[in-house]
Amino acid sequence: MEAEDALRRRVVEVLAEEFELDPEKMVPEATLYEDLGLDSLDAVDMVVVLEKTFGMKLTDEEALRSIRTMEDLFQFLLRLQAAER
Amino acid sequence: MSLKRVVITGRGAVSPFGLGVPRLLSAIWQGRSAVRAMTEWQEVSGLNSRIAAPVPELDSRSLLPRSVRRTMGPMAIYATLAAKEAIADATLGSELLASGEAGVAIGSTTGSAMALEDFYGRYLSERSISHIKSGEFFKMMGHSCAANVCLALGIRGEQWAPVSACTSSSQAIGLGYLLVRAGRQQVMLCGGADEVHPSVTGVFDLLRAASTGNHRPESACRPFDRDRDGVVCGGGSGILVLEERQRALARGAAIHGEIVGFGNVNDSGHIANPDKESMALAMLRAMGEAGLAAADIDYVNAHATGTELGDIAEASAIVAAVDGRTPVSSLKGHIGHTLGAAGVLELMVVLEMFARQQLIPTRNLEHIDQRCAVANLVTTMQPARLETVLKNNFALGGINTSLAIRRVG
Repeated sequence: MEAEDALRRRVVEVLAEEFELDPEKMVPEATLYEDLGLDSLDAVDMVVVLEKTFGMKLTDEEALRSIRTMEDLFQFLLRLQAAER
Repeated sequence: MSLKRVVITGRGAVSPFGLGVPRLLSAIWQGRSAVRAMTEWQEVSGLNSRIAAPVPELDSRSLLPRSVRRTMGPMAIYATLAAKEAIADATLGSELLASGEAGVAIGSTTGSAMALEDFYGRYLSERSISHIKSGEFFKMMGHSCAANVCLALGIRGEQWAPVSACTSSSQAIGLGYLLVRAGRQQVMLCGGADEVHPSVTGVFDLLRAASTGNHRPESACRPFDRDRDGVVCGGGSGILVLEERQRALARGAAIHGEIVGFGNVNDSGHIANPDKESMALAMLRAMGEAGLAAADIDYVNAHATGTELGDIAEASAIVAAVDGRTPVSSLKGHIGHTLGAAGVLELMVVLEMFARQQLIPTRNLEHIDQRCAVANLVTTMQPARLETVLKNNFALGGINTSLAIRRVG
C-alpha cells in the first residue's frame, strides 16, 4: 500500500511538472483529456516522462489508448510494475 | 484591379535589449551596445568568436501558456511575444485575426538551433528517437515561428515563412507588402526571428567573417570602421503590422510609415561574397517601384555588418544607386547582426527616426575605412529632415533586398 501511494504521488508530481498542471486537480477521477486538458501530443510526452521516471517500457499501445482517468493511469502503471517484479 | 497602398500600423519587438519596443528604442537612443562576452562558449572547440547579443533571459512560462509554448523554441517564443505587442500596438481585434483577412509572413535562418541541438544530441549519441518529445519537430521546422504565431494568436489568413538567413525578415516585409498591395490580405504581420547559438556564430567564424573582438564586446561590431573584424551575431524578433492604407485611415489607426517599394534580387555570382552591382540593383528596383529619384532619398539604413568586403561593397553600391551625399548608418554596432530579425528590428528603429526626425549614427565608427568613405557615413546623432528612406538587407546565398519607406503625417 505504501509503495502504491508512493507511485501515485510520483506520477502526480512528474506530470504536474511536465504539463504545468495543478496537482490538486489531478484526483483519481479526473480525465486526462477533458478535465486536465491534455491532448494527443501530450499523450506521447506522458509516455516519455513515465518511462524515464519509472525505468519501464510502456509498449502496450492498446492499454495506453484505453486510459481515460488518472486512476486508469495509476492502475496501468501498478499492473506493469507488478508484472515486472 | 488597382494596387493598394500599404502602411505600417503596429510594432512589436523582442531584442537583445529585452522585451518590448520601448526597451529597444530607448537603448538605441542612449547609444548602448547589447553585445556581451559569451563565456559559456569557451568549451566549444575551434570557435574563435565568443561574443554575441542574445536576448536577455525571459520568464516565458509566465508570458505564454504551456499549451502554445510546448512547440516553441526560443525564436518562436520571441516571435509570438513580438506579434502580441504589434497587435496591441495596432489595436487589431481578434475577429479580424480570425477572419482570413489577416495573415503572417515570419522568417528565420533555420528552425530553433537550440531544439536542433537537443534533438540531434540525443539522436546521434543513442541512435534512437525513443525519448524525444512530441513538440521537438515543431520547434525545428523552417516555418516554426510563422506556424506558432498563427496558432497562438488565432490568425487564419495566409501563412508564409521566407527562410533566407539575414534577409528573412526584409523578405517577409516585402512579401507582406506585395500581398496587401495586391488585395489578397488586408493585414499582414511581418517580420522574423533568430536565436543566439554557437553553431550560428560558428558559421560566420568558419567563413572568417565573425569578429574575434572577445576582449572588447561592446565595441567589437564596428561597421565601416577601419578596425572592424567581422559580424557579431544577435538574437530576437521583430513584427510589424502592415495594413491596407484606406482601412487604416478609416479606423483612425496610428501610421508609422508607408512601404512604397521593394527591391529583391540575386547576385547569382557567389554563395557568400557580396556583390555591389546586385546591391545597387536592389536599391534601384525599390526606388523605381516607388517612383523615387536619388534626390528623394533622405537616408539609407545600411545592412553593413562589420565585415571588410560587405561594408565596402555596400558603401559603393549606395553611391552608385543613390549618391555620396545621402546620410548612411548601420545599427549593427548597437544590437549586432540579429540575422532573421535584422531587417525588421532595424526598420523599427528607422520608423522612430521618422518620428523624432533624428539620425542614429553607426556605433563604434571611430575611424572611417577610407574604402567606405565614398558614402556619407553618419558618426554623430543629428537632426535631419527624413521623408523617404531606404532600408537595405543582404544575405548569404546571394540575396539583396531594399525596402523604400516613406514617412506619413
